[in-house]
Amino acid sequence: MTESPNVPLAAPEPHGHHHHGLEPAAPIVCAACCTRIESLGVTISGRPILHDVDIHLHCGELTVIVGPNGAGKTTLLRAIAGLIPHQGRIVFEDFGRGRTGRPTIGYVPQAPSFDRSTPASVQDLFSAAFSRRPAFTGASRHSRDFADACLARTGSAHLLHREIARLSGGELQRVMLALALEPSPNLLLLDEPVSGMDIRGRDAFYGLLEELRCHLDLSVLMVSHDMAAAAEHADRLILLDGTVLADGLPEEVAASAAYLDRLDPAPHKHVHRHAGGNA
Amino acid sequence: MAALLHMFDYGFMRYAFLAMLMLAPLLGMLGTQVVSARMAFFADALGHSALAGIAVGVLLGVSDPMLGMVGFGLVFAVGIVIGRERGTSTADTTIGVFSSLAMALGILLLSRGGNFSKYSAFLIGDILAIDAADLLRLAVVLAVFLVYWLLFYNRLLLTTLQPSVAESRGIRVLWQEILFNVLVAVVVMVSIRWVGLLVINAMLVVPAAAARRLSGSVRSYQALTVGISLISGLAGLVVSYFADVPAGAAFVVVAAAFYLVSVVLARRRGRA
Repeated sequence: MTESPNVPLAAPEPHGHHHHGLEPAAPIVCAACCTRIESLGVTISGRPILHDVDIHLHCGELTVIVGPNGAGKTTLLRAIAGLIPHQGRIVFEDFGRGRTGRPTIGYVPQAPSFDRSTPASVQDLFSAAFSRRPAFTGASRHSRDFADACLARTGSAHLLHREIARLSGGELQRVMLALALEPSPNLLLLDEPVSGMDIRGRDAFYGLLEELRCHLDLSVLMVSHDMAAAAEHADRLILLDGTVLADGLPEEVAASAAYLDRLDPAPHKHVHRHAGGNA
Repeated sequence: MAALLHMFDYGFMRYAFLAMLMLAPLLGMLGTQVVSARMAFFADALGHSALAGIAVGVLLGVSDPMLGMVGFGLVFAVGIVIGRERGTSTADTTIGVFSSLAMALGILLLSRGGNFSKYSAFLIGDILAIDAADLLRLAVVLAVFLVYWLLFYNRLLLTTLQPSVAESRGIRVLWQEILFNVLVAVVVMVSIRWVGLLVINAMLVVPAAAARRLSGSVRSYQALTVGISLISGLAGLVVSYFADVPAGAAFVVVAAAFYLVSVVLARRRGRA
């Protein structure tokens, strides 16, 4: 597991300096591709939840979405994942290969959890997702090796035969992440993946993400409530409240009027409260 | 032992035995998903609404009550999924109101002129009344189910475990649910006259509920459920033969005993 240096509000570190973890594959070319979200809007039961959302995501970058409760953060991820209807376009462009189209998306929902009596193993979950052979007939050697390789990417191969209902929050996140990474996505969507983890687990998870996104040349779009950790690990921060209110380096967003108005816990926010409308 | 074998001197017992060998695994396997998807109440309501289906069939002058029941069951099954999808009301309230109404209407319509006793066989069921044509019908239903189960089980499993992940991977969750509900409706309606609408839900739910607590993988879940269902079914037939009681009710009592044992064993495993 890579431990990244923990400097508060550090500028994004240059990619490609990791020496261990995944198999060395093709040479790493970060930001040779991007995903553009253009004029995205979501209306649910006649009520506009999101409007005019424009986000440009570079491959290899971690972008964290912050915003107050009810800002539409989860809705945005669900819309991008294709779970709910939306207006606007989502375009993936690969400059290296000259490809343009819909991105392949990996999605990990918020707080995935299982009833304690759920009779299914991690292998069953992977069989259900990838195998033609019905999971109740058992897994073939190929299917086991495949699941094992998927899990190895997130350091969770040892969980293959565990019952999913008995995994800890951190273990489950790694399993769900491994599932989302196959087939290899252009864009990975994570909804509050570190909530409920302790600081060690959280830092380990961010370290894993950093390793993955650079080796797989992957854009990561993640919702988080933990502003301090987000500022520490993210390349970019987006403040969302119905639409994008601020977008930039973590320290820029943290200093923006829109951020101070909505999320800053410092006492001076009360001064701004009445003056600041919707940005 | 000789008395046990003597059972099979009767043609109706041989038929009943063959029927149970098909019915118990069929209802058991379906039940694993009914329990996992928390559809126990839906299956129960489906059984109760069968009366309305029979009544509708009678009103329309359809000679085979099965047609009315299956037709009504299909409408009910699809309606429930769509109602839940729209999210206008909590599913269990909708199901409760609808099935109560369907049952009341069924009783009102069928008891006109004091004729209800003619239909009481559907309440209790009589597996000993099964004939060769019924066996064939049951075999067709089982074959269709097995094909479905082999082809769609994985998609259904992912849909149940993590619906939003399934949907994001291109599985049409709504269609998976409709397809499964339709299948449950057909199987329940076809089976009702043999096991009775009062116990059909128990035959679906109890073996799976017992196996669930003792299983750590879908493989053991299926195998244990089918095993418990078969043992309960055959034991039910034997009890039915010797004590002259309905086989369906005897099935439920045996399966419920398995459930109680599973509760105790599961507590030891810390899964209660």
